[in-house]
Amino acid sequence: MKNEMQLQFSALSQNESFARVTVAAFIAQLDPTMDELTEIKTVVSEAVTNSIIHGYDNDPSGIVYITVKIENGFIDMTIKDKGMGITDIEEARQPLFTTKPELERSGMGFTIMENFMDDIEVHSEIGKGTEIRLRKQIAKSQLLCN
Amino acid sequence: MSLNIEMEVKNDVLCIRLSGELDHHSADELREQATMAIENYGIRHIILNLESLSFMDSSGLGVILGRYKQIKQLHGEMVVCAISPAIQRLFDMSGLFKIIRLEPTEEFALQRLGVA
Repeated sequence: MKNEMQLQFSALSQNESFARVTVAAFIAQLDPTMDELTEIKTVVSEAVTNSIIHGYDNDPSGIVYITVKIENGFIDMTIKDKGMGITDIEEARQPLFTTKPELERSGMGFTIMENFMDDIEVHSEIGKGTEIRLRKQIAKSQLLCN
Repeated sequence: MSLNIEMEVKNDVLCIRLSGELDHHSADELREQATMAIENYGIRHIILNLESLSFMDSSGLGVILGRYKQIKQLHGEMVVCAISPAIQRLFDMSGLFKIIRLEPTEEFALQRLGVA
């Protein structure tokens, strides 16, 4: 079965919980474990927070776009902004690296996304925005396939 | 669901009990309240009780590390207790346990700081 949804909302920190809870509710139909649900929610929170703080520099007029597709137990998720873009993606993905230490950012966002998902692709263009593509297979679906 | 912050001062120890969800949105409130308490009540040590915290992301790590740095300047210690496996994974990933102690309960944490 193939299913997909799209979500777009203002770059406001209030919407971080809205985004992760909504995505979790959508993927619940795959019957994920509690751990998998937590991982997905955390990853959505990380990517959306990055878009709000770094992409749009906390400007609430920016819009964050999320697309989630599920097919054969795979979750394909895209989290996108039309913000300022990332200067050096390799550097941004280093654990503990942050451009905003004064805001007490931990620099762990990308590391958490890499650890909790099977695959991550980061596409970014200066002045145009950033798109994060994330992929994960739900364990239960693997059991069914074998 | 938002974050609920409960604070109690015991001698020079600030016990912070969190319930709900700690993300970028709620981290600001925790930073403000904890910073104010540390400055106003002669605090040296922090016990962070995460027993009822249902969600945390890297913004939570950031605000916890920020309070650790604050207390370190006062030569204090930070002890985290009653952590869930999901949140413990974030701590492990960031290496925060190299500088912050972990105890199973608030009681143990208080004993460790010589308050119980």
